[in-house]
Amino acid sequence: MSERLTDIGPPHYSKFLPPVIKENYGKWKYHIIPEPGVLIHVSETGAELISVRVASPRLITTLFARELCDIADKYCDGYLRFTSRHNVEFLVSDKSKLEGLKAELVKRGLPKGGTGHSVTNIVHTQGWVHCHTPAIDASGIVKAVMDDLFEYFGTHQLPAQVRISLACCLNMCGAVHCSDIAICGVHRTPPKVKHEVLRHLCEIPTTIASCPTGAIRPHPDKNLKSVIVNEERCMYCGNCYTMCPAMPCFDEEKGGVALLVGGKVSNAKSPPMFSRLAVPYIKNDPPRWPDVVQTIRRILIKYAENALKWERVGEWVERIGWERFFDVCEIPFTFQHIDDYKFQAYDTYRTSMHFKF
Amino acid sequence: MHKTPLLDQLESGPFPSFVKDLKRLAPTKPQVNDLLGQLERSYKEKITHWKHGGIVGVLGYGSGIIGRYSDLPDEFPGLEHFHTMRINQPSGWFYTSQALRELFDIWDEHGSSILNMHGATGDIIFLGTRTEELEPAFQKLTAKGWDIGGSGSAMRSPSCCCGPARCEWSCYDTMEACYQLTQEFQFDLHRPSFPYKYKLKFSGCPNDCVASVARSDMSMIGVWKDDIRIDQSAVEAYIGGELKPKGGGANVDKLDVQADVVDLCPTQCMWLEGKTLKINNKECNHCMHCINMMPQALRPGTDVGCTVLLGSHAPILEGAQMSWVIVPFMRMEEPFDELKELTANITEWWSEHGKNRERVGELIMRMGMRAFLEAVGLPPVPQSVRVPRANPFFFWHQSDFEAEAEGRKYHTTK
Repeated sequence: MSERLTDIGPPHYSKFLPPVIKENYGKWKYHIIPEPGVLIHVSETGAELISVRVASPRLITTLFARELCDIADKYCDGYLRFTSRHNVEFLVSDKSKLEGLKAELVKRGLPKGGTGHSVTNIVHTQGWVHCHTPAIDASGIVKAVMDDLFEYFGTHQLPAQVRISLACCLNMCGAVHCSDIAICGVHRTPPKVKHEVLRHLCEIPTTIASCPTGAIRPHPDKNLKSVIVNEERCMYCGNCYTMCPAMPCFDEEKGGVALLVGGKVSNAKSPPMFSRLAVPYIKNDPPRWPDVVQTIRRILIKYAENALKWERVGEWVERIGWERFFDVCEIPFTFQHIDDYKFQAYDTYRTSMHFKF
Repeated sequence: MHKTPLLDQLESGPFPSFVKDLKRLAPTKPQVNDLLGQLERSYKEKITHWKHGGIVGVLGYGSGIIGRYSDLPDEFPGLEHFHTMRINQPSGWFYTSQALRELFDIWDEHGSSILNMHGATGDIIFLGTRTEELEPAFQKLTAKGWDIGGSGSAMRSPSCCCGPARCEWSCYDTMEACYQLTQEFQFDLHRPSFPYKYKLKFSGCPNDCVASVARSDMSMIGVWKDDIRIDQSAVEAYIGGELKPKGGGANVDKLDVQADVVDLCPTQCMWLEGKTLKINNKECNHCMHCINMMPQALRPGTDVGCTVLLGSHAPILEGAQMSWVIVPFMRMEEPFDELKELTANITEWWSEHGKNRERVGELIMRMGMRAFLEAVGLPPVPQSVRVPRANPFFFWHQSDFEAEAEGRKYHTTK
């Protein structure tokens, strides 16, 4: 056991940087994007690094990942990286290898893109392939949406970049709440308490405390050693289920997709913004979720047609007003759109005469 | 092989297909065949078939492994155990093919050969292995210089943008800061002892490519205090149309510097004099718009550091929050002692007062900003609020009266 290594942390990144980065670390002067998916960074020393960005499904096998390694060996002396949005970047130091790399990517069906004014890869979570609380699958919806919006991945034809993200339940491991378009799995069923197992599996005080709306109370029959749920107060967050496995809130028919739009994290022009509810519910429709795909396409097209130059989705909606957004995107406005959750709610009510008919 | 008629429909189309990829493993890896079978079942029934996680791990660690069990183990025996291992990624997600192959060799031997590059927090995610494989896999990983990341109520694996490694806008060394903070908090990363998760993200500039303002409890965003660097000859080239906006990444070929840059500046702090761009830098709010538009003409200044923002998390429980400014400017030089100390002070205060599963941003909402600022020794600064309060319900503490009695105008912590 004395040999056992712990707490060594990740390897130092310097082991993985190509020589051109080591030599020009902190000396980069500017970059250009000569074509979608290709970035050229130019150093103060005149040195150049070419990065070729390609899509990856994020959920991959070592077979796929080894292919990426083979490509990196052939064209990049083995150097590659991944982006914050699950894309792969091949780091090319030798300019003469660029065309060969591009041809190889075409041959292998690895699409290049995700730069500039594109719809880049969708940040997403696990879904039905690995998670215990999802309302929807993740990888399948991502595949369906990206197949449909594929023309926007490898081009720069939008008014600004569009960031789509997916979280398979409202715990939001994907933290999608500041995305141009957020796909969020929602449950619509209060937890069904399994009284007979709850007493063996769960701590009652922590289960009660886990409910953000105070909907869980001790069961009036003290002999049961269980809890009851005031269903009217439940907004199906599943937080109690995370604390107590005896409170599943899944339902084959009621789970589905909510779409939120207009968020961003960048500070450019306007401050970072939250995504706001556009569509409260679209039913689960595997394997390709056609309603979700079509609704996202409709929002994207209306944005592309109507936004001013450089406007992000959220900036466009703020300019035209949300009432106009629902109008042009042909999305009905419902009770669900009006916030009634805690301290943020009042902030969203209109107190001016600045609205449109 | 399990039949997967629904999943098969995800093999077609131009975007890379995870189904096509996973199917290649099904003949040699029974657990992957079962995974496809169970996923098909979820597609048919529209419900997950994973049970609530259990507590599994490697010796001496309380995090980095997430227990996962199928609720249909008789039908899909390969998924009886299907635990996740989080492998702490290197700064900026840079790799060599050799290092990756070493990782994949370990995962092919001890797991399902399925992985995520990368998880939401930033780790490499190895999906699917059995309890008895965890410790041998861990020992092989550490022998090759890798360690597992955080999970549960722990410091989570910090992550960063590529920073000075490949970006001209980075206002501090995000890669080294991320590495050093990760090393500093190894104990808290591997032994969950916080009220809930604590995430650190490092972005080199206000474009915030790692979404730190939305996705980390503590967000370090690069910023400059002096003047934007201008190459006036390049400004002229943008005006003349020789250079394309956003380096060519836009749907517009020719930049109208007046309309697209000057008129869209949120603080109206710039103007054109002929073909010369003038900036009243004192009034610039570092939004990055002009720099994004003209990357060959403009760059952030050289008096650089970061802004520290605190508190963001996804909607659970009190509704989503974005991080807010607590330190407008911090110099970011090795060994990053000021940031390490601030992080330790904040997590200590939060650990003392936070309820189970209460994020630091929620605790501050419950206890008040003043309690937080005083506890960690930060002064009140106007940069931390968008607007001051509109109500007259403010509190006075004994310390305020004492300051008055001493002839000072107000009490502050620094």
